[in-house]
Amino acid sequence: MVLKIFFPQCCNRADSGLLVGRWISGHDSAVVLAVIHYPFIPGQVKQYVQQMQAQSGVELSVLGSWSLPKEGQEGMESFLRDLSTIFPQQRWLQIRRQMGKTGFTCEVLNRDQNGIAAQRTVKKEKKEEEEDGDGDAEEKEEEEEEEEEKVIFVHYEQRKVMLSQLHPIESGDAKTDPPSELRQVFQTVALSQPLFFLDKYDDGPLKSTHWQSEGREASIIVELLKQASVPLCLLLSWLLSVWTWICSVRIFNFYPLRFLSTKLSTCVQLSYRTEHMKTLSSPKPAASHTQFMRKANMLVSVLVDVALGVLLMLWLYRDDHITMLANTLVPAADHVAKELDQLLQWLMGAPAGLKMNRALDQVLGRFFLYHIHLWISYIHLMSPFIEGILWYGGLSACLGLSFALSLLSDMVALFTFHIYCFYVYGARLYCLKIYGLSSLWRLFRGKKWNVLRQRVDSCSYDLDQLFIGTLLFTILLFLLPTTALYYLVFTLLRLVVVLFQGVLHLSVDFINSFPLFAVGLRICRSYRLAEGVKFRVLCDEPGVALHLLMEINPLKVSTVVQTYQTPTYSCYPRDSWLALVKKLFVGELIYPWRHKTTKAD
Amino acid sequence: MMEDETFTDISGKTISLDCQSHSSFCREFTVSSPKVSIGKVMVYTCSVWLLAYAAFFITQNTAVLSSAILITLVGMMFHIHFVKVDHESLLVIGSLGIQVSSSYASGREITTFIEMSKIKDIVINEAIYMHQIIYYLCVLLKDPSEPNAVSSVVPLFQVSQRLWVEEEVEVCRLRPGVIPSVLNFPAHLGRVRARKTTTKQP
Repeated sequence: MVLKIFFPQCCNRADSGLLVGRWISGHDSAVVLAVIHYPFIPGQVKQYVQQMQAQSGVELSVLGSWSLPKEGQEGMESFLRDLSTIFPQQRWLQIRRQMGKTGFTCEVLNRDQNGIAAQRTVKKEKKEEEEDGDGDAEEKEEEEEEEEEKVIFVHYEQRKVMLSQLHPIESGDAKTDPPSELRQVFQTVALSQPLFFLDKYDDGPLKSTHWQSEGREASIIVELLKQASVPLCLLLSWLLSVWTWICSVRIFNFYPLRFLSTKLSTCVQLSYRTEHMKTLSSPKPAASHTQFMRKANMLVSVLVDVALGVLLMLWLYRDDHITMLANTLVPAADHVAKELDQLLQWLMGAPAGLKMNRALDQVLGRFFLYHIHLWISYIHLMSPFIEGILWYGGLSACLGLSFALSLLSDMVALFTFHIYCFYVYGARLYCLKIYGLSSLWRLFRGKKWNVLRQRVDSCSYDLDQLFIGTLLFTILLFLLPTTALYYLVFTLLRLVVVLFQGVLHLSVDFINSFPLFAVGLRICRSYRLAEGVKFRVLCDEPGVALHLLMEINPLKVSTVVQTYQTPTYSCYPRDSWLALVKKLFVGELIYPWRHKTTKAD
Repeated sequence: MMEDETFTDISGKTISLDCQSHSSFCREFTVSSPKVSIGKVMVYTCSVWLLAYAAFFITQNTAVLSSAILITLVGMMFHIHFVKVDHESLLVIGSLGIQVSSSYASGREITTFIEMSKIKDIVINEAIYMHQIIYYLCVLLKDPSEPNAVSSVVPLFQVSQRLWVEEEVEVCRLRPGVIPSVLNFPAHLGRVRARKTTTKQP
């Protein structure tokens, strides 16, 4: 079997001493975490290793000895070899390196049941020395050739492996198989943080080398933020409790307000962001990597949202943009109403050369015209207040760009309410007509819809039933083009408005769900999100063990976005294209941007 | 051990195979595609620019010329960065796993490492492609929930070629159980099942 030793790059030039690490059971590999230097007292080393094991939860042990002889340290080798008797191990590794040479040499001392140490050497020179016997030479050569290159040194960069997270992330509870070798290596290094606290400048009894042995690194900003986050979290949770108390006041629970608050996207966005802030304001640190990423993504998304909103506010409130907007809004509404007027006049005449039923045409046309007239008067009534409304509404942008966009979407919905009303009238009329037509068509053919069996059955009708049914059928059939045309026109208008609102909703959704922190992490610190590893052969001289360099293979950006997307409240579009076209044809009302959390109203 | 014989792929382009043995349990196989030929590049750019000049002659609009230059540049960059594969390599490390990497003409490398515990087997699979049967090497991955089922098939050397067909060899049928020499893995890496590998002269 091949023995794999994961060796940190920072220990390549460490002074001679003992190797501390972990054996990975079942895979015949060992992870070296640190090197404890000579001089040391073996009792203290044992105590230290046990202490670290208790603190970190990793099965640490002394793996073997490491020797990098410098001048004046000749007796080191024999001393280190004798250490194997003090630390009782199943296998004892003796790794040696000469300054100036690239390869390491490794000897593995195996302790079988009898307690006798059998030695298997890996050096080619030793094999040549023992090649003196005749009959045994070939056998020994084969045996040693078999055992010759059976150690792989995998060099890894300790800091990067410690900070990195392998994807797909396995949750701790649902584990059917033991984690794979690489996952165990990553977990071991990540959990051994207490081992990396001793550095070169500490005055303890033991000196060790690991990635932080040059001195502990930390960022002042991060430490300051950590200190400041606790009171901030407390303040935030207090504010949120006040807000939820206001929201749960009884007066808001009356039916119309409740219904309205589920329809207005601003209220939905508000409740969504409140949920986020509740998650952020919890003072406990995140337990797992997924929770940490979620919290970080939420925080960055809120900050970016607010920053963009403030920028928008700055643009709105300088140079009197609000007054400009207000002054264009009422003429725009007027213009839309005039266009609708002209459209209806056109429909009441002979639209596109089609001949409409005069009476129905006039009725429908006049009804809609009166509706528009009402609406325009309403707009004119509101016009002095529009600037005030816009001014205060623009203030909501300080909560975030998503709020401004949802407010815009709501305002568009309110200003085009008449188009929505027309669409509903037209659709209902058309729907009724279509159902009536289909039922009377069945009567025409002598069939009936059986509600119990949910199928079409034959039925014998009386003569007067047939007579009246046929009459009604003819009336409805000849009135169909008129109704259908009105329905078509208003559905198209409604679809235009729905499209515009949809674009706004999509952008709000994008701001809510896009994992900015994760993408930023992927770009700047790509080793933190790892999809796997990649190996590079470092030195393959014959006779020296194989050295590989293990580098982290970062996750693809698309996978990052998919994994760390924050779930939002909308699921769109609800129907597939075919179902939508079918609904349009039959005359059912369509709500393509239905929110996920609303129950069927 | 370096071998460099002439092979061609299913579309007739020459490719070369390079085997390097780092140690007794670590080998690297590299399949290199031919480089971008300068003749083809010149033909494409000249044709695009002639068309652009013709359009300019008709419309007298300089935007046509600048857009043609832009299109040529962007197209070439896209081609060497995303489409043109320089070489693909397979690094087999005993008891660690298999690493598959493809490197493009612009230097970009895509690497995947498959751990030993996930590999079920390496087989030569056959597929029907238009009018011929092609054989390709692929890795069968284990399903984590069911140890006996195969979760996915990963074809190796996918982008450059599916298979190399040896030229100038007479009809040669491999007897069942015979392992081709390039796939001489040690026993603990898994058996290679060679199914119906008849190599014919095109």
